[in-house]
Amino acid sequence: MAGKVKWVTDIEKSVLINNFEKRGWVQVTENEDWNFYWMSVQTIRNVFSVEAGYRLSDDQIVNHFPNHYELTRKDLMVKNIKRYRKELEKEGSPLAEKDENGKYLYLGLCVFHRLMFSVNIPRRPVQPWIMILSHRFKKCVPKDSKTSSFVSQSNKEAYVISLYINNPLLIGGRKFDLRLYVLVSTYRPLRCYMYKLGFCRFCTVKYTPSTSELDNMFVHLTNVAIQKHGEDYNHIHGGKWTVSNLRLYLESTRGKEVTSKLFDEIHWIIVQSLKAVAVNASPSLTSSTANDRILKYNLINDTLNIAVPNGEIPDCKWNKSPPKEVLGNYEILYDEELAQGDGADRELRSRQGQSLGPRAGRSRDSGRAVLTTWK
Amino acid sequence: MLQEESDLSLIIAQIVQKLKGSNLYSQLERQAWGSWEKRILKSLNSMCTELSIPLARKRPVGEQKELLNKWNEMGTDEPDLSLFRPVYAPKDFLEVLINLRNPNYENGDSLSFRTHLGLIQVPLKVKDIPELKECFVELGLNIGQLGIDDSTQVPPELFENEHVRIGQKVLAQQDSAAAQQYIRQGSPTALRAELWALILNISSQPEDVLYYEQLKTNVIQHDLLVDSLIYKDVKLTASNDDYYFVFEDYLYQVLLCFSRDTSVLSHFAFNSASPPKSYIRGKLGLEEYAVFYPPNGVIPFHGFSMYVAPLCFLYHEPSKLYQIFREMYVRFFFRLHSISSHPSGIVSLCLLFETLLQTYLPQLFYHLREIGAQPLRISFKWMVRAFSGYLATDQLLLLWDRILGYNSLEILAVLAAAVFAFRAVNLMEVTSLAAAEAVLADLSTLKVMPLLQIFLFATVT
Repeated sequence: MAGKVKWVTDIEKSVLINNFEKRGWVQVTENEDWNFYWMSVQTIRNVFSVEAGYRLSDDQIVNHFPNHYELTRKDLMVKNIKRYRKELEKEGSPLAEKDENGKYLYLGLCVFHRLMFSVNIPRRPVQPWIMILSHRFKKCVPKDSKTSSFVSQSNKEAYVISLYINNPLLIGGRKFDLRLYVLVSTYRPLRCYMYKLGFCRFCTVKYTPSTSELDNMFVHLTNVAIQKHGEDYNHIHGGKWTVSNLRLYLESTRGKEVTSKLFDEIHWIIVQSLKAVAVNASPSLTSSTANDRILKYNLINDTLNIAVPNGEIPDCKWNKSPPKEVLGNYEILYDEELAQGDGADRELRSRQGQSLGPRAGRSRDSGRAVLTTWK
Repeated sequence: MLQEESDLSLIIAQIVQKLKGSNLYSQLERQAWGSWEKRILKSLNSMCTELSIPLARKRPVGEQKELLNKWNEMGTDEPDLSLFRPVYAPKDFLEVLINLRNPNYENGDSLSFRTHLGLIQVPLKVKDIPELKECFVELGLNIGQLGIDDSTQVPPELFENEHVRIGQKVLAQQDSAAAQQYIRQGSPTALRAELWALILNISSQPEDVLYYEQLKTNVIQHDLLVDSLIYKDVKLTASNDDYYFVFEDYLYQVLLCFSRDTSVLSHFAFNSASPPKSYIRGKLGLEEYAVFYPPNGVIPFHGFSMYVAPLCFLYHEPSKLYQIFREMYVRFFFRLHSISSHPSGIVSLCLLFETLLQTYLPQLFYHLREIGAQPLRISFKWMVRAFSGYLATDQLLLLWDRILGYNSLEILAVLAAAVFAFRAVNLMEVTSLAAAEAVLADLSTLKVMPLLQIFLFATVT
């Protein structure tokens, strides 16, 4: 092929740069002709903003899709899910089914009627809600009525209020969350991959639902950035487990069926969210431990192998389905083309809990690409 | 210390001459163990004196209440443990084993032992590969295994589904012997907890839960010096482990109770060791004031908590976890840190390992000896811990399935040899012990069943 891939990035992270260099790609500046630009979130915003009028050429590829910014905002997520299910309703999709009270069976959102504050009355059951920061913005007011110039006045914060789950699954008495990496190579048709080496992050402190501990952020929040400052944070492992470890533990203590169902549902939520366009756009590329650095290096490596197959210069006219060998630690999460080839009515049957048997979800090659038992 | 031990050997030789052909090994065991035991106790007592901490004391009521409240999160406690040190580490124990001598050495029982170039100098009978193949016949190439035939490349209809079905049947019939036979081919993850309980004959009766609660009460009421050793060990090992850190609190709950469980003393009947004794203050030497210390007769060493940690993946109810661990200990684990001539004892395992290596990988063995890297010095710690903390958890559990299935620890020695065989190419290139250690430092990516299968059934012998 003609020439090596030319890359640019404005993020100085070794896990990225080492991967580009090991492929023998050529580093250029953003003003020159480039093929692959790994952009920071700010740069992407500028590139795809309406005013910029920037057009990517056929041999250029970037690390986010144009509408990705919608994915990072929780308020837009709510909006997108509502829009998505209206569309499904129009198509007559069973996913948009409602029960007799008009509540969506599968895509319902919790309705928050009024604020409920926890009151200092002992033994009164409290349903806690959690306010999640959606985004910050500046409130602008007109400078004066004569001119039409505006002055930004105050910093505002917008929140999404979410039902707080009081009885989370605990392991070793601790709460944890899941960090999963998903690569979307195309939206139409939707083709996405799940990195097999996702992980759980544990709280350093034992979970307690008592109201007195509602204020203890180390009990409830599992973000590494916050946990790092807790007294018990252990720097050697950072309180993480691999997802396969989690799976082993759950299968051993709870049985195979519920574990498979759990993972099925996790994957379903991911795919539906992607379809409704609702995912966090910028995973941290900072590494907290040596193992973490290795993980992220390999993650980027596998990502590039899928996104830029064979290290060839991007061409938007490609058929973008890569062969199984280049997936590395990614598994096919959902491939719309494959899915639609097998008939669309499968979706309904699996959602009603009927098992489709081990053959469901298999790709046409041998082996088990069984992340999804539904289409 | 060495003088003491060579004097000992002389004494043994004299005794042996008189008792030729009878009770040779048990005499050897008792003397050797006795000397080792004295050392451990001395170490414990001196730590006691240095730190002015009694071996045991009753807790004041306030402290009892506090501990009871914190029972589920003892891991958050940060007592000052800097002055405590483990009573001994596996490598200390290895030195003792290396210095074991059979005074009959000159009249060698087996000709081949004369040419044994490993560290162990006691001529116990160990199996060779043909004998191991007979023993571990279910691991053969043409028999389905979990850990091999359940990988994602293999359609489950070929083996896995049927194997799971059989497992469910075995459980339904509560057939312990059948379970033991079944598990030789590995246990499905969802059935493992129940299968192990069935094989170990553990069924959580109310009296078992009560017994555990009683032990817990003992912990609350009395503080033992070994408690600090247990804390220290957990903090040093399990808390830093990628897989087991989550279960830190369970480990305290199990091990603190374990050290007070006098029913564990009964395993000493099958052990040439005798539990260490201590005396009530001021009554040294008076037998009626002698107590076993710690009450279960087991002094924890560095890494001891790793015997418990993998079990936390299977059982999360404390009294059940406790029972399973205790049974595993008195059936298997105790053999890994006491001196005996039993085929599953650590001495035999070491010898088995060295013999396998010297016989079937002679080039590698000689090379490592040449560069001052006796293989046993590296593999010893794996075997003493039954590979806990060295293998990935799912692999470790598959290995322990086979320990239960074959009721033997010999598989640990075979696996150790198989690991060396697997990394032989790299090991041939190293020129120092440190470099050899580095090649074998990370076992977390190994798949144990293919390694075992290839070593036993696919290597030219």
